[in-house]
Amino acid sequence: MKFTEEHEWLRADGDIVTVGITEHAATALGDVVFVELPEAGTQVAKDDDIVVIESVKAASDIMAPLDGEIVEVNDALADTPGMVNDDPMGEAWFFKIKATDLSQMDEYMDEDAYKEMID
Amino acid sequence: MSDLKHLPLKALHEAQGAKMVPFAGYEMPVQFAAGVMAEHQHTREKAGLFDVSHMGQVLLPLSADAALEALVPVDVIGLKEGRQRYGLFTNDAGGVLDDLMIARRAGDLFLVVNASRKEHDIAHMRAAIDGVDEVTDRALLALQGPLAETALARLVPSVAEMKFMDVAQVAWNGVELWISRSGYTGEDGFEISVPADAAEGFASVLLEMEEVMPIGLGARDSLRMEAGMPLYGNDLTEEISPIEAGMTWAVNKVRRVGGDREGGFPGADRILDEMQNGAARRRVGLRPEGRAPMRGGVPLFDAAEGGTQIGVITSGGFGPSVGAPIAMGIIDSAVPADITLYGEVRGKRLPAAQTDLPFHKPDYKR
Repeated sequence: MKFTEEHEWLRADGDIVTVGITEHAATALGDVVFVELPEAGTQVAKDDDIVVIESVKAASDIMAPLDGEIVEVNDALADTPGMVNDDPMGEAWFFKIKATDLSQMDEYMDEDAYKEMID
Repeated sequence: MSDLKHLPLKALHEAQGAKMVPFAGYEMPVQFAAGVMAEHQHTREKAGLFDVSHMGQVLLPLSADAALEALVPVDVIGLKEGRQRYGLFTNDAGGVLDDLMIARRAGDLFLVVNASRKEHDIAHMRAAIDGVDEVTDRALLALQGPLAETALARLVPSVAEMKFMDVAQVAWNGVELWISRSGYTGEDGFEISVPADAAEGFASVLLEMEEVMPIGLGARDSLRMEAGMPLYGNDLTEEISPIEAGMTWAVNKVRRVGGDREGGFPGADRILDEMQNGAARRRVGLRPEGRAPMRGGVPLFDAAEGGTQIGVITSGGFGPSVGAPIAMGIIDSAVPADITLYGEVRGKRLPAAQTDLPFHKPDYKR
């Protein structure tokens, strides 16, 4: 698993990468009340804002961590956005992206480096 | 922000797991460990303790009642001892400079004003009133919720006799508490001014009670929005008249057209005219469809495409007791009350139904 400075986690299975936000990010956001996801089939470029997440406190954007195509989104988040607080690293994944260039993963942190960053 | 001012309960908040943020020049708890949603629900079900020590507490001599009345559309002269009234400082253009609470006590008038406006308000009053005394050695707490009376009466039994908007000065543990039965949540409850050096002890005793939980500013905002209460700087501004803001009730009878002391406050011409002939804009409650919150600043349109901008959202977010997004806005009065409005969020027009305020009916002890 890899981590971005924007507090996303990435888990690769072949060239399909599942993306969510970390426990640390979910706690900092507070109670999540709304998640807007891209549509499956959307072509995205790294650093495009593709997810809107709103907590009781504020709205934030989540960026595409890689170039590629969104192949699946977690529709359950639309009806139960609170999942993001309950299980951010598991059930509450956001989208799966078919990466154009998996080597873009290399620049991201491993778990130890991420933990060091948030401490 | 190294010059943030600290308040008497800072250490207690940190011990309670508060997330502290800068607010109106003070370091304030925005939420505690439970989070905004749980804190909100707890206040509606039991009792929540809020630190609002950043707000301004001001004493005026009783003889200043007529001079204060000249700054607000309120019946201050007729305010009975032991009672409190909501007021608005208005400007000459009929806008609002701040909102406040005015209490008449045996020996003085006691005012509570917004943190962000207290320097302004004190200067505004000093220009017209002698003997304006800012209270700087007291914390201000709010205990709100259906079990607030149960909790506070364990320390001060006489609060059970108080009715909504009563005020009292009562002894507790060798200090004097200044208590009003009021608040900013739509729940029954109390605001309690306590000497700064006794504040931590007083708050700690309350927090040890099973029904009392510490509540941050995040839930304070969602509670007051559900209660349809305006926030100064958002729903009330120098550009919005009290009538446009839906606060006609705050213009007391004796200050209205035909009253014994008609007018005589800044902006009276516009405000009384709007009461007779209608105002250009009106404050409206909104229930956005779907789950996307519409926050302050979102422009409002009268059509899903094209149309014209007819207003703006002044406060909005998620209403935990409503279980959905809620918002308040100021719109052109000519807009029919039964049409769907559209808020433009991130470039998309999303529908929102107009609705009566409040979203959550208050439960005061009258």
